[in-house]
Amino acid sequence: MLKLSRIALAALPAAFAGALCIAAPVAHAQLVKIDGSSTVFPITEAMAEDFQKSTKGKVKVTVGISGTGGGFKKFCRGETDISDASRPILKKEMDDCKAAGVQYIEMPVAYDALTVVIHRDNKWAQTLTVAQLKKMWEPSAQGNVKTWKQVNPAWPDQPMKLFGPGADSGTFDYFTEAVNGKAKSSRGDFTASEDDNVLVQGVSRDVNALGYFGYAYYLENQDKLQAVGIIGKEGAKAVLPSFDSVVNGSYQPLARPIFIYVNAKSLERPEVKDFVEFYMKNGDKLVREVKYVPLPAKAYTHNIESADKKVLGTKFGGENKIGLTIEQLMQLEAKL
Amino acid sequence: MADMTVAEIRALITKHKRWDLIFATVGVLALMVGVLTFVALFAGMVMDGAHRLSWDFFVNFPSRRAENAGILSAWVGSTLVMLVTAVTAIPVGVAGAVYLEEYAPKNWMTDIIEINVTNLAGVPSIIYGLLALGLFVYKFGFGQSILSAGLTLALLILPVVIVATREAIRSIPGVIREGAYALGATKWQTTADHILPYSIPGILTGVIIGLARAIGETAPIITIGALTFIAVLPPAPFTGDPAAGPFDWLFAPFTVMPIQMFNWTSRPEAAFHQNAAAAGLVLVVMTLSMNALAIYIRYRLRKNIKW
Repeated sequence: MLKLSRIALAALPAAFAGALCIAAPVAHAQLVKIDGSSTVFPITEAMAEDFQKSTKGKVKVTVGISGTGGGFKKFCRGETDISDASRPILKKEMDDCKAAGVQYIEMPVAYDALTVVIHRDNKWAQTLTVAQLKKMWEPSAQGNVKTWKQVNPAWPDQPMKLFGPGADSGTFDYFTEAVNGKAKSSRGDFTASEDDNVLVQGVSRDVNALGYFGYAYYLENQDKLQAVGIIGKEGAKAVLPSFDSVVNGSYQPLARPIFIYVNAKSLERPEVKDFVEFYMKNGDKLVREVKYVPLPAKAYTHNIESADKKVLGTKFGGENKIGLTIEQLMQLEAKL
Repeated sequence: MADMTVAEIRALITKHKRWDLIFATVGVLALMVGVLTFVALFAGMVMDGAHRLSWDFFVNFPSRRAENAGILSAWVGSTLVMLVTAVTAIPVGVAGAVYLEEYAPKNWMTDIIEINVTNLAGVPSIIYGLLALGLFVYKFGFGQSILSAGLTLALLILPVVIVATREAIRSIPGVIREGAYALGATKWQTTADHILPYSIPGILTGVIIGLARAIGETAPIITIGALTFIAVLPPAPFTGDPAAGPFDWLFAPFTVMPIQMFNWTSRPEAAFHQNAAAAGLVLVVMTLSMNALAIYIRYRLRKNIKW
């Protein structure tokens, strides 16, 4: 027994002391709490990293990935200062925020181009119309549209293997709304994964495969995949996703804005205000670095003005709007 | 049997020995499934991630640049969460088990408790996460903190600790207890002086199995709100300005190793996948060294047991 207690007595304080020593002396710094979409995460992470460096650790910034919906839940309870969102705030979430007395300022921070990808050896589907995409992905295609030939008689009579993000993803919401006309309305018999790398692997291994995900994943895997040129309207030219085609508004309807929502009360705290200004001032550089499409400079200045003038509410009225160009986005008026 | 010749007996023995061989082969194959899988996974991680292991990898915070990114906040977070888990789960689990084994009356209440404890070990970890979100994070107001995470994982491994402790206590011969009682010892004296010291090796095994499970858990920790990007460490007691209290670190935001890995594997850049492999290596080594420590302590303690 002596032995036992001696070991226990020695081990406990040692463990405590060890753990306490490694904790660094940066107590009681100011804190900016951010949570939300994993799509927006790389941008906000880059901002947080550089911002912390610029304040020499005086301000802490933490970023979580609860998803757009999960992020808004915390945001509307007032638990976070900023919410990352890969789609505009929805009606239900607006009500939650209102009920809790949380007011917010909406700021688009970048564009993401949803990229439709096929195998490198696929020579027939290098351009697709939105109507063809709809034929592949609409709910009624489930169990019926199984081969490429069924989409276009000129294409091979080969089974079509579809890959896409899971139903919890904002990417899925936007794609289904843009292609099928209704968010979350999609065929269910495709290989779904929340991990985009799984989709990359799937499409790169099968010549008959087609999938969609964010532009950054395509850019990193260009050697394994090819992007499909999208024909937005009948008779128009096919447009490949690129920084330019998103900025000039020709890559439609699959280019979508992504946002941060800032709690208006938090914005009164200097560290949050500084962070938001830092975000907008470095928008172009850092967004580009993490492979998203930056907004034009005036959009970022516009955001800083919205923060100064406290332009509360959303410009989207609680729903997703499809095919907005950057110009149109900036002209929308915010409403609570 | 008497009319069997020596040759026949030999044949019989050979036949039976063949079964020995067959079973040994099956056993080795079964073992290999597990061992080879682990070796292959480990080798894969070493090949992908070993070149990322450097001092910087351990002392750097996560970063958007894969080559600068490190696991400082993750391993400190994991260590502190494990500390809270161990400090709560071990005393509570051992005390519960001692009560059930030595004190509890044998009736239907005890039976129900026993069945529940055993069943709890099989509850999916996400359920513990949801429970903890409601209880620790909101009801008790601990927030999304190291304390909440540590308590959640403590709940998760509590059944494992209880079951292992009970097994260890049960393996102590009854004569030890009877001897103690015969000399006039009370229940508590018997427990504290004999039962507990003798069952420590078994208890440690259970505790380490539990902690090894806890350190790899992701789902409940995500549920209660661990963060993905955090480039600060919890405040050390009595440092900073104004000085942090001795327990401020318990309420600090945090991340843990599996979440850091998960985030890196879901990145598009291959360089981050190598970071994830390197972090995986560190996590495996952390787990293995916990096991090694347990085996060493168990060995030392066993040497002292004489009966």
